[in-house]
Amino acid sequence: MKQARPITITGGKLVLAGELRDGAIRLAGGRIEALGDVRAQDGDEVVEARGKLIAPGLIDCGVFAVDKPAFHFGGITRAALMPDQQPPLDLPSRVTHIARSGKPDLWVHPLAAATRGLAGEAMAELALMREAGARGVATGRRWIGDSGAMLRLLSYAAMLDLPVIAHAEDAGLAGEAVATAGEMATRMGLPAAPAEAEALAIARDLALAELAGARLHIRQVTTRAGLALVRQARARGLCVTAGVTPAHIHLSDLAIGDFRSFARLSPPLRSEDDRQAVREAIADGTIDIIASGHDPRGPEDKRLPFADAAPGMAGAEVLLATTLGLVRDGVIDLPRAFALLAGNPGRLLGVEAGELREGAEADIALIDAERPWIVDSRKMAATAGNTPFDGQPMQGRVEGLWKGGVRV
Amino acid sequence: MTAQAPTPAPSRFPAGRLAFPHRDLTAIARLERHEILFLLDEARQWVDWNRRAGRHSELLAGLTIINAFFENSTRTLLSFEIAGKRLGADVVNMHAAQSSVKKGETLIDTAITLNAMRADAIVIRHGSSGATQLIADKVDCPVLNAGDGSHEHPTQALLDALALLEALGREDLTGLAVTICGDVLHSRVARSNLLCLQALGATVRLCAPPALMPAGVEAMGAQVFHDFGAALAGADVVMMLRLQQERMSGQFIPSAREYHQLYGLTRQRLALAAPDALVMHPGPMNRGVEIDSEVADLLDRSIITRQVEMGVAVRMACLDVLTRTRRGVEGWA
Repeated sequence: MKQARPITITGGKLVLAGELRDGAIRLAGGRIEALGDVRAQDGDEVVEARGKLIAPGLIDCGVFAVDKPAFHFGGITRAALMPDQQPPLDLPSRVTHIARSGKPDLWVHPLAAATRGLAGEAMAELALMREAGARGVATGRRWIGDSGAMLRLLSYAAMLDLPVIAHAEDAGLAGEAVATAGEMATRMGLPAAPAEAEALAIARDLALAELAGARLHIRQVTTRAGLALVRQARARGLCVTAGVTPAHIHLSDLAIGDFRSFARLSPPLRSEDDRQAVREAIADGTIDIIASGHDPRGPEDKRLPFADAAPGMAGAEVLLATTLGLVRDGVIDLPRAFALLAGNPGRLLGVEAGELREGAEADIALIDAERPWIVDSRKMAATAGNTPFDGQPMQGRVEGLWKGGVRV
Repeated sequence: MTAQAPTPAPSRFPAGRLAFPHRDLTAIARLERHEILFLLDEARQWVDWNRRAGRHSELLAGLTIINAFFENSTRTLLSFEIAGKRLGADVVNMHAAQSSVKKGETLIDTAITLNAMRADAIVIRHGSSGATQLIADKVDCPVLNAGDGSHEHPTQALLDALALLEALGREDLTGLAVTICGDVLHSRVARSNLLCLQALGATVRLCAPPALMPAGVEAMGAQVFHDFGAALAGADVVMMLRLQQERMSGQFIPSAREYHQLYGLTRQRLALAAPDALVMHPGPMNRGVEIDSEVADLLDRSIITRQVEMGVAVRMACLDVLTRTRRGVEGWA
């Protein structure tokens, strides 16, 4: 669907790169035509923002399911889909299919499986999948244990100028663990791995990425030690970015205390000290991207004993509100929040979106940053309500969403 | 002749439900010290009665107790079965096939099925930590944890405490040093005992090779040792645990022979403990690995068979207390 007539959203707060400005925005032909001191023209559809935020639509970098209602609830207009699908995104035809799957009101950017069947061994047809629309290469839910295979992957992806999106948990240490080693896991008698499994994996991947000259994005960096390695590598000039999901920002492993499988995540929830380190890394710029990791799981996967349940959480609906919580807590300001949610993921994926600027795709979210609501796992827009934030109060809701100038 | 159920002794606990306001017994971690003491007091009444001939009570007559065991067990299942039958309940044992344990639908569906059969109490053993709580949240009747993964085994801790109190003739365990040695990492018995023994005033030393010691256990109040000799020095009680090969993924010790060399309880090692130190083992024992036969069979020191005996009394007390609300016992309804 094409945008039929121009829309002017007036009287809002424009969330621009680096600043917040009172003003209006005019969307025409599916693009942002003008913004700032803009007036509606004759024939425009006029939307009164009444002081609310006019922000770029969120770009969710790393989701496990295409779940439109949840994405739209959360202000997400583009999502990068992880290759961990049934079957995995390891063939060009599957990538083509996925790249079309959400249009027109949601653009899905497929991430190509790094290896066939995500088995961590034979490289998949990355160049053909790039042709088919893949915006990056991902190792999937798992780390590639074979360092030789990882180096070959990184150098090949570098040649194709595709970012490699990695999962950082040393497989040998992580084993069958479902929790981070420490008092909590010990009290509960859960199989646990030391948090160092992450730093080990990151250290190796950074060394290999440096060798290969590759762009490396670590989808979730959740420990103090892991974040320190990323910080050092970037200071050395490596092209490495780090992401995290709301769970590791707002919850520690105390949240697994009642064996609630909604808090069973991969990587597992960490100690309070690591959680604090994540917040510091968001504040100091070490973390570039906050993504939902959206992974809706029904009772057949989650209504199980903790260790037997599948990892993952439905995160799309709380992505925006939890990040706005960081703004209220003074960790970051609003422009930075949207850099984390839209600008930086857009740059990583190389798409013309994620920031409000003239000529960019008109993916716009109108947001009431103050509006309170309560997460209710039984009444979610997502296909399943597996959220560890169940029952928690949130602030910030999307009141209007436009994809390519068309209201969703 | 049928021995009558003992008349309750005058109680030092609050009357009725206030003494034990829980529907389920899933973990020692959920109990207060006075609640543990209450259960032990209740259990004591059955100890002598159990030794009589012709003991049979109709206390739980008409109640159905289901023992749902998703993991193999001999002694715990038998102990619960005997406890229920001595109290006159209809006891049904359900052995879930080992292969179906990992399939969660089976677990929840089983819980719903058991609930629909209107059991009056369900006793559960399962290989996954937290499984008992999951079932307890889904059913309407009291649930007793007979061991869930590496999490807890509350009736074992209660029976161990009772065995100690009886052997020592004490009211609690204040000032006692208890050394628990073995595969602490995988042991639900160690976790429940750590909590229970500490609640009763004992200090607990845990001893294991580093790979079999869970991280952060100091934060639970335990003293951690890797040297068995140091852990034994002056200990009043030595509790040995077996190596749980079935829960190990990967290699944790080089060999049973080497393990015995470092952590086996021999007569010489036992001499490092306090002069009259008691020896315990939750069973099943691997003689010659974690404990030598001559130590296990020491008549004056080993209370291993007494532990088994106390198990029946403790489980009778737990079944009695947890079904009081259903039976409309005065003060509990």
